[in-house]
Amino acid sequence: MTTAHRHDRTHAHAATADHAPPGHEWEFLEIALRELLIEKRVLTAAAIQARIDAVEGATPIQGSRVVARAWVDPAYKARLLADGNAAVAELGYGFDGPKLVALENTPARHHMVVCTLCSCYPKPLLGLSPAWYKSREYRSRAVSEPRAVLAEFGTVLPEDVELRVVDSTADCRYLIIPLRPVGTEGWTETRLVDLVTRDSMIGVAPARTPQTDHGTDV
Amino acid sequence: MSARTHDMGGAPAGPIDRSEPPVTLTEQRVDAMMALLREPPLGLFSTDAMRRAIEDLAPDVYLGSAYYERWCYAMRDLLVETGVLTDAEIADRLAAVQQRFETEGAPP
Repeated sequence: MTTAHRHDRTHAHAATADHAPPGHEWEFLEIALRELLIEKRVLTAAAIQARIDAVEGATPIQGSRVVARAWVDPAYKARLLADGNAAVAELGYGFDGPKLVALENTPARHHMVVCTLCSCYPKPLLGLSPAWYKSREYRSRAVSEPRAVLAEFGTVLPEDVELRVVDSTADCRYLIIPLRPVGTEGWTETRLVDLVTRDSMIGVAPARTPQTDHGTDV
Repeated sequence: MSARTHDMGGAPAGPIDRSEPPVTLTEQRVDAMMALLREPPLGLFSTDAMRRAIEDLAPDVYLGSAYYERWCYAMRDLLVETGVLTDAEIADRLAAVQQRFETEGAPP
């Protein structure tokens, strides 16, 4: 910690600045609570760090694998649509607690997911939710003007495509099976996985097409 | 009866900020602590209790706070409710932490 940093609170939001001073009142509160919990042996610093590492390692890859399997295996897709929890467990992915409902996009019907009340999200399959998913703007508008919201994500849905918005709860989470892109006939499951983006499984974007599959977005 | 603050589906709102800033260390710690306190073996409170604590924040606090900031306030309230910590010891420690930063400029 240099002197120059001492009163420069703009650094508090740098993700890697482990020793940057807190920039907001609540960040002091986080320190106070953590110190007390560790001193009272309710938690350990090691357990907190291990949990952070586990969360950091979670990505949407498990969700992508589920969707790719559903694309290539109609029987699996039927099982996934019938019982999401059991179907993802087949692939070794635990989804305990809330019910998991998979919904399939078709040329005639599109689904998108929101949690208007808070931030419910299929974390075991998709990792941490993006900031916008938890934002007031997305939560408010996804149910009142979903086509406008989709357009902000660059997804312009033809008027004749039915749009269903599903509202997650503490007890029920959704996984969208996006349309399999044209031009992927004969692709292996492994190759298809790369096309299944996080946003396509939330329903705000289509899956990547073979042409756009060079992989920088999420 | 009007909807409670958290029940914001359909409310007017502006454009969506689609940027995805990295999660800060403070946010990661709040996320991790909340999970550890909630899950077995500790199981100090349920997911539903956590949601209720967030929803019980005053409307101006709820709307004026960042996502994990709300979690942090809810965690404080739940720790007091469950008798793990007291308001007084949290207040004392918070003052001490702030004092430490003022004089030393860095965590110990």
